[in-house]
Amino acid sequence: MSEPEEHTSRPQGFYLAIGMGLLVLTATTVGAAFVNLGPFNPIIALLIATIKATLVVLFFMHVKGASEKLTAAVVVSGFFFLAILLTLSLADYLTRSWR
Amino acid sequence: MEHEAHNPALLHHFADAQQQKNAASLGMWLFLVTEIMFFGGMFCAYLVYRLAHFNAFAAGSQQLSILLGATNTAVLIISSVTVVLAVKAAEAGKRKVLVGYLVVTVLLGMTFLVIKGFEYKEKFEKHHVPGPTFQFTDTFDDNGKQIPVNPKEAELFFSLYFAMTGMHALHMIIGCGLFSVLAVLAWKGHYTPSYFTPIENAGLYWHLVDIIWIYLFPLLYLISRHS
Repeated sequence: MSEPEEHTSRPQGFYLAIGMGLLVLTATTVGAAFVNLGPFNPIIALLIATIKATLVVLFFMHVKGASEKLTAAVVVSGFFFLAILLTLSLADYLTRSWR
Repeated sequence: MEHEAHNPALLHHFADAQQQKNAASLGMWLFLVTEIMFFGGMFCAYLVYRLAHFNAFAAGSQQLSILLGATNTAVLIISSVTVVLAVKAAEAGKRKVLVGYLVVTVLLGMTFLVIKGFEYKEKFEKHHVPGPTFQFTDTFDDNGKQIPVNPKEAELFFSLYFAMTGMHALHMIIGCGLFSVLAVLAWKGHYTPSYFTPIENAGLYWHLVDIIWIYLFPLLYLISRHS
């Protein structure tokens, strides 16, 4: 193609900043584990993990800004089917004591 | 569009290099989706048993080293940054920088595996490896209250621990091999700004392995640590 190649990557400083953010979130999740928040401990841990995973998927795996929207659809459908697996399984196991 | 100077990496059934790249990336993502579902099954098993045997899982989790787990998380995050910088160097056609980042990535991956090895060694020494020699006498420390734990249930925790971290470590070993090969090929000048798909796709794989660890770390190491 004579038109310039699409550049998906961003400046180096941007990646270093995301990396620093991920390290800070790791420290946060370790710190939060030592505070007694009752049932919120696992929720906070999973919330932070999901924020970290989202940062990696969007910026390191270049899903944000990808020229092909089909890729984003495949990624979302992958996590969607995982969500079906987990919600339907837990909908069973979490409600077995309800009688 | 006229026939331009032919890019040797462009296969004849693609209209242009960008389309070829998008197709390769889509194919890689389809593979990664199967990986997500593969690990997803183990995560699901973990959640179900953790709900059923919470005290034993918490007691088992309290036997893991948060320091080593968090260090490994940091090592993997840094390796993800070096991978993304490797892709950037490939895109810019900086061959030596690319090789450098690939080598650093392999070294970080090996660091992860060595730390994991020390953790496994400790599990063998403490007889926390599931099987005939498994022993578990610890109690679940619930805010100072010591709750006894059924060793069979703790064995379940360690079975899932070894299955999930072992499968993750296998992916790391494959990733290290992959990046070693890529480093040699990159050194020989196989990758140019118009063709570095293998670097990009191996990078996607490495990031996914990183994401799996991002979930494994809080789920396995951080159950009920406060007290």
